[in-house]
Amino acid sequence: MLESDNTTNIETVAGPAGGFAAIAVEEPPEEVFQKRRIGIMAWFAIAWLTIVLLAAVLAPVLPLKDPIGGFDYEHTKAGMFTAGHIFGTDDTGNDVLSRVVWGAQASMLIAIGSILFGLIIGGFLGLVAGYRGGKTDTVLSSFFNIFLAFPQLVLALTLVAVLAPSASGGGGGPTWGRRIFVVILAVGIVSVPILARITRANALAWSQREFVMAARAQGASSMRVMFREVLPNVLPAMLSIALLGVAVVITLEGALALFGLSVPAPNPSWGNMIYSQLSALDEAPTVWMVPSALIFLSVLSFNYLGDVVRARFDVREGAL
Amino acid sequence: MSRSRLKLGRHRDRRADRFADAPLDGPLLDVDEVQTHFKSERGLVRAVDGVSFALERGKTIGIVGESGCGKSVLSRSIMGLLPSNAVRHGSITFEGREIGKAAGNVMKQYWGTQMAMVFQDPMTSLNPVMRIGQQIMESLRFHLDVSKDYAEETALALLRSVGIPEAERRMREYPHQLSGGMRQRVMIAIALACGPKLLFADEPTTALDVTVQAQILDLLQAQQRERFMAMVLVTHDLGVVAGRTDDIAVMYAGRIVEKAPTRALFTQTRHPYTEALLKSIPKLAQKSHTRLEAITGRPPDLVRPPAGCKFAPRCPYAQEKCVQEEPRLADAEVPGHAFRCHFPVGTEAGRDALARNLAAGETATGLPVRKQGDALTTGIVV
Repeated sequence: MLESDNTTNIETVAGPAGGFAAIAVEEPPEEVFQKRRIGIMAWFAIAWLTIVLLAAVLAPVLPLKDPIGGFDYEHTKAGMFTAGHIFGTDDTGNDVLSRVVWGAQASMLIAIGSILFGLIIGGFLGLVAGYRGGKTDTVLSSFFNIFLAFPQLVLALTLVAVLAPSASGGGGGPTWGRRIFVVILAVGIVSVPILARITRANALAWSQREFVMAARAQGASSMRVMFREVLPNVLPAMLSIALLGVAVVITLEGALALFGLSVPAPNPSWGNMIYSQLSALDEAPTVWMVPSALIFLSVLSFNYLGDVVRARFDVREGAL
Repeated sequence: MSRSRLKLGRHRDRRADRFADAPLDGPLLDVDEVQTHFKSERGLVRAVDGVSFALERGKTIGIVGESGCGKSVLSRSIMGLLPSNAVRHGSITFEGREIGKAAGNVMKQYWGTQMAMVFQDPMTSLNPVMRIGQQIMESLRFHLDVSKDYAEETALALLRSVGIPEAERRMREYPHQLSGGMRQRVMIAIALACGPKLLFADEPTTALDVTVQAQILDLLQAQQRERFMAMVLVTHDLGVVAGRTDDIAVMYAGRIVEKAPTRALFTQTRHPYTEALLKSIPKLAQKSHTRLEAITGRPPDLVRPPAGCKFAPRCPYAQEKCVQEEPRLADAEVPGHAFRCHFPVGTEAGRDALARNLAAGETATGLPVRKQGDALTTGIVV
């Protein structure tokens, strides 16, 4: 309310009747409009994700035991808080904490990498489809729909198998880096139509707006209108879906690992840590429970942040 | 990036050539028999149906009519800003060049630098996520290829010239922090940024508070004079154009029904529709509680317009001839004044027609007419 009072008075000053200038009210303090809290839960989510990402990035320099060859034959399948192993050990005596941290690296790389891939490719295609409309939209949209018709897991499995011929084990085996790349590509392609559709729907709505017409009437090129006028308005929706997507991809990586198609065997990822213990679910529960809990918490955090982003960055148009 | 820049450069050169040798004589804009039809499921919507007018440099024309008369479509047709289901016929020349058939990428060279438009609703015409300053600088940098600092200075000067106080601060604000009137000022600043020769103001004050309307109109008029810019002012309010335009064209059902120099239109009104529009404006001289003379009914269906005069079903003067034969645009005594009516207001024929209708109690189209004191009442009065 204060704001509108303020502007009205400024206008009176601007008007021909300069005599009214005297009634202009004082400027309301800036922070009245600035404070919009995101809530304690969001901060928990941010804190948790920061820890996970930091751990993933800093894995090589953290004082951790060897995640692959650090066999501790004294303690195999040890429970939590066994001497020297906070989260216990797996069946070959590797430290679960160390594997979980290194696993975070693989899982986060795949999750964020593939969503970035999907965001760039899908976002671009969706933006073009939504802005151009007509035939371009029809062609691109049916393309998205065809891809969406496949179950995500089946599509991802097929893509990994196609992109990495030696995926299901066999001669030599793929290297860690190459497999990560293949999984990012495969999962990225799976996420393209999802992100593209969201972007298209939003771009379509924003492209009908008067200010897009106004920008065109000023002689701006299509590219300029798309990227300068439409994209910034669509971005919040894209980001919130992308955050939700990261959560989906973390679980998708776990599902791929169940088929042995994620990071190759001795190397840890959250998914394949669960998978590797399938035969010993009851014997060493911590080995699959710890990565499961981490997946759960991270997915929850990403999901929650996705919602917060959507609520927080809703484009403001009116003054109230 | 560098590639698109090169392309831009080329465009700019061609544009410079294109407009450098533009003839300085003849009208700036010549619109001849323009028709704009929209394909719809019900059939062809004849939104603009044969409109002609010419506009000299530095002159202003007002286009007046009810909602749905094709005013906005006409201005967008001239600009070439039509949706894909529109079909445009007729000829439009700008500085002697035919642009009636030009495609979007050709028109792009005109937009911003040659012709610009101020849109109706300032609430939706600004990008909500871009700072005011950015939005003004955008087209400056794009069209004029100036440095960032220069663009910023120009934008600031523009904001000041359209009467925005504290321009420096406003530059950094977002549209939602500005009131409607302020936003319309910003829209005007954006439209003026690249010095267009022709400005379309598409109902620039409709979405604004009455107290701000006059300010915005004065601003448009002042800028138009200062820059010797031609202006097409589209409005549904005759009061808006009264003192501000050189010529007025009154549109009804996609056609111009009366066209005249502003003074002549008000003093020697010939078309019953113009007369009805004038009567529907409250006047200060009227006693309080005077009933306003509204125009009964609504504009005709533009898919299947009536055969004769389009206004006949609502016209108190309507005769049998009006239903059968559409009047042509005929010249009046004052040069530049033309109207489309068989029984024009203020002539013997018109007076007779009205008298006949009053005597019969209804017009040839069955519209009841009565005299109530001085006022003429059409339609069923409750």
